[in-house]
Amino acid sequence: MRLDGKGLIDRSTPVAFTFDGESYQGFAGDTVASALLANGVKLMGRSFKYHRPRGVMTAGSEEPNALVTVGVGAQSEPNTRATCQEIYPGLVVRSQNAWPSLQNDFMAVNDLISPFLGAGFYYKTFMWPKSFWERIYEPIIRRAAGLGALPGESNPDPYEKAFAFCDVLIIGGGPAGLMAALTAAEAGADVILADENPRLGGRLLSENEQIDGQSCADWAGDTVARLSAMPNVRIMPRTTVTGAYDQGTYGALERVSHHRPQTEQAPRECFWRIVAKHAVLCAGAIERPIAFPNNDRPGIMMASAVRTYLNQYGVAPGRAVAVFGNNDDAHRTAHDLANAGVNVVAVIDSRSGVTFSGAARCYAEGRIIATKGRRALESITIDHVDGTRMLQVDCLAVSGGWNPSVHLTCHMNVRPEWSDNIASFVPAAGSVPGLETAGACNGAFDTAACLREGATTVATMLGCDLPSLPSADETPYVISPFWVVEGAGRKWLDFQNDVHVKDIRLAAQENFRSVEHMKRYTTQGMATDQGKVSNVAALAVLADATGRGIPETGTTTFRPPYVPVAIAAMGAGSQGSGFAPQRLTTSHGATMARNAPMIEAGLWYRPSFFPTLGETTWQQTCNREVRMVRSSVGICDVTTLGKIDVQGPDAAAFLDFVYANTMSTLKVGKIRYGLMLREDGHVMDDGTAARFGDKHYVITTTTAAAGAVMQHLDFVRQGLRPDLDVQIASVTEQWAQFAVAGPRSRALLNSLLDQPIDDAAFPFMQCGAVTLGGVDARLFRISFSGEHAYEIAVPSRYGASLFRWLLAQAESMGGGAYGMEALNVLRIEKGFVTHAEIHGRVTAFDIGMDRMISRKKDCIGQAAANRPGLQGERRQQLVGLASVMPTDPLTGGAHLFKANDTPVRTNDQGYVTSVGWSPTCEGYIGLGFLQNGRARHGEVIQMVDHLRGITTACRVCDPVFVDPDGGRLRG
Amino acid sequence: MRITCPHCGERDGREFTYRGHALALRRPAPDAGEAAWDDYLHNRENPAGDTSDLWYHGPCGAWIKVDRNTLTHTVSGSTLAAKVAR
Repeated sequence: MRLDGKGLIDRSTPVAFTFDGESYQGFAGDTVASALLANGVKLMGRSFKYHRPRGVMTAGSEEPNALVTVGVGAQSEPNTRATCQEIYPGLVVRSQNAWPSLQNDFMAVNDLISPFLGAGFYYKTFMWPKSFWERIYEPIIRRAAGLGALPGESNPDPYEKAFAFCDVLIIGGGPAGLMAALTAAEAGADVILADENPRLGGRLLSENEQIDGQSCADWAGDTVARLSAMPNVRIMPRTTVTGAYDQGTYGALERVSHHRPQTEQAPRECFWRIVAKHAVLCAGAIERPIAFPNNDRPGIMMASAVRTYLNQYGVAPGRAVAVFGNNDDAHRTAHDLANAGVNVVAVIDSRSGVTFSGAARCYAEGRIIATKGRRALESITIDHVDGTRMLQVDCLAVSGGWNPSVHLTCHMNVRPEWSDNIASFVPAAGSVPGLETAGACNGAFDTAACLREGATTVATMLGCDLPSLPSADETPYVISPFWVVEGAGRKWLDFQNDVHVKDIRLAAQENFRSVEHMKRYTTQGMATDQGKVSNVAALAVLADATGRGIPETGTTTFRPPYVPVAIAAMGAGSQGSGFAPQRLTTSHGATMARNAPMIEAGLWYRPSFFPTLGETTWQQTCNREVRMVRSSVGICDVTTLGKIDVQGPDAAAFLDFVYANTMSTLKVGKIRYGLMLREDGHVMDDGTAARFGDKHYVITTTTAAAGAVMQHLDFVRQGLRPDLDVQIASVTEQWAQFAVAGPRSRALLNSLLDQPIDDAAFPFMQCGAVTLGGVDARLFRISFSGEHAYEIAVPSRYGASLFRWLLAQAESMGGGAYGMEALNVLRIEKGFVTHAEIHGRVTAFDIGMDRMISRKKDCIGQAAANRPGLQGERRQQLVGLASVMPTDPLTGGAHLFKANDTPVRTNDQGYVTSVGWSPTCEGYIGLGFLQNGRARHGEVIQMVDHLRGITTACRVCDPVFVDPDGGRLRG
Repeated sequence: MRITCPHCGERDGREFTYRGHALALRRPAPDAGEAAWDDYLHNRENPAGDTSDLWYHGPCGAWIKVDRNTLTHTVSGSTLAAKVAR
């Protein structure tokens, strides 16, 4: 019921929305909860386990009951708190966890059999037979339990993530936060003031108090206006700080556009990482309920929430209201209601000798022992100092006291401390480095104290002046702890997870006495509200049941995030092509134009094969490309291989140290194969080193290891050999490089080079500068195919045109482009290793290159490579493998066994690393590692692929299948 | 996590790659013997408290020795690996 003239809503702007298909009207400034209450709707949800009818209980993000689904289709969002969702024209809200309707929920049958469904029910009941769990029990339980359902479609909404930096982050914009922000801002600090509500002010918007002679809500509005006008203040409404992390980093969720229709591309939410030199937690406090029989009926609400609906939204949550509490704060609700003309039926106070200063009758030593009303509260029965009495009420405001919102102070693993004064937990000092606490979250509950703490905390923190403090309410907070009213009926604690007092006692009785065990046994505090409303009361019940005090019982751990955060917000920008950067070569466009399927090589995209007309399988294309390279000429983009420029007087000494073999003896204009070891003696990478000058080398790495090698070389240069005068730089992206391979490669190049080359000027393993069309290029005579071949590098801006030029020329000579499949077959035929072979567990000995490790110099990996066990007959050594029947397939990853051994693990002799159909050998060939393999050439063994169910007899051979003496290379 | 790069200033932890304890900077002589090499390669303390480890700052290529506390996560200092006294 809406009250005239009250509240901070905009009555000139009516807003229409729907709830479960019914149309309702609220005003701008309303939440779904306040607008529904104004329309007399009390039933807003069904509980998790027993499908009990539930109404709204709070007015903030701690709400356990009023969870709704907002929006339709793929954009719908389940488990939205009706207390946080602002209404806007056309908003569609649906209830959840009810079938067929919220009013008549079939699953409420669970409530009737609830005596059998207590804590530990699932653990005890669904044990046998074991096989039933996955197929029968779990699907049934999953259907029965739960809250909202995801739409099951990909979410099309945009989300964002962002970073912010400030001197002082103020978390919460209530009285303490506003004063803290004002103090810091006036001291000149860069301030971010984040508050989870649309409007700053915190409790000041909900209370009927005066600050400096004006209403506290007006004071808040004026202060926010003052702060907004200051250039060093950034106010972030609708932004919940969700976590405290190392070195002053805070996570924060900004709900950017949930409060308006989706008519633009504004993100729904933005996840912020805020780095703050200082932070002040002014998160306030959350009122806690008292557990009494059937304390969950729609219409039973927190006393503070009743004040919020009354004072902020101008809504009377009932016509006949009773107030039940154990502290003076509850009395405020009765006063505010009475002042607004709402019938206050009774003030029930659990303390003895208390009186109420208003007109309503006060029941001292009062307890609520029963409630009635299935879908809305109808009556309560009270037991008090003078007897028992039933009262007709449709709303009951409950206050069990306040719990400071200490959550963020626990994110660094520090537990809060118990305070007898307020009968709750307060933050431990220094719990998060750089974070101070002020106001209600610190246990200071009156407004004057909140304002004062906000100011003094910042003044101490920054060493700045204390501003003049406004005069405000100083009524002390007086509470006498009271947790549970005994009596028949369930006394709910965790409303969202349907945990009641008996569950906690059962846990204690069954020896789940540790608070962490109790939590997991009963699911207390494990719902999406993380027990914000219920945890402390549950601890009190556990403490009582186990005969300990609450401080000894301790708390469970509060972990981030403080409120649920959509994965879409945290992972914003990382879907689809945003998942990883894409590195494209200069030939990418031309390659795509030829319909070459791309494969990913690290972050690079490389062509798999280049299909031509009439080819229907990749194998056909691959075979043609292999024959083309062996018979005429092929072009392949090899830009992705890492290129590192090494310069300086000690360049040669540096390379001698990082390569197993010697590079200082290399003559200018020559290239040498190089093997890099890790310090533990295993092979890290291979590549080439080309010497362009006395003090200048260009080395290459494999595509896969380019980043790791660069990092390693930086480490060696800076960390191990800072004595060497050498500079290194990755130039992978600066040069576009193409392999030109095949017997006609030189003819092709000579058709393009400004000065033709010949074998005398450019023998195998020669490098040097050349020009094409006046462009400076580098030419390397190296081969990864075993053919007479070159690699030519030009500055990247010429890459695309050079690739087109090379390709046109190659095609005119009967050649063409080849892709990764052909490149792989060509190198297997030649026995060249890649990271399929040098996968991190092989030594130079294993791949037959141990003699390359120079003994004349120290180098990375040399000492460890000599360790026993890294060489010898017991090692699995690189071998070639050929199918005995050429058409019998070899498969990568298959294991090798002696011909007559049973193919079981204990007989394992090695494994296959690379395979392919060789058009040159006309059969399947492969590379692999076989125990003592180099001594076993000629032996026939069996390859067994247990995954694919393939067994192939194959012959062990030298890994070089084609041109073992290298005639074609040098030709 | 925030780490200070001596070149670039305080940066987000995601710009850095972790390597391990800073004793990797104290490489034994080639003939130091198996035990010394074994320690260098494989044996690491697992301190609950102060430790020094190596981080690579990808954007500028600097290797940095970072002093931090594994209990409090405090980062107390960072030095370029090239400047660390050996």
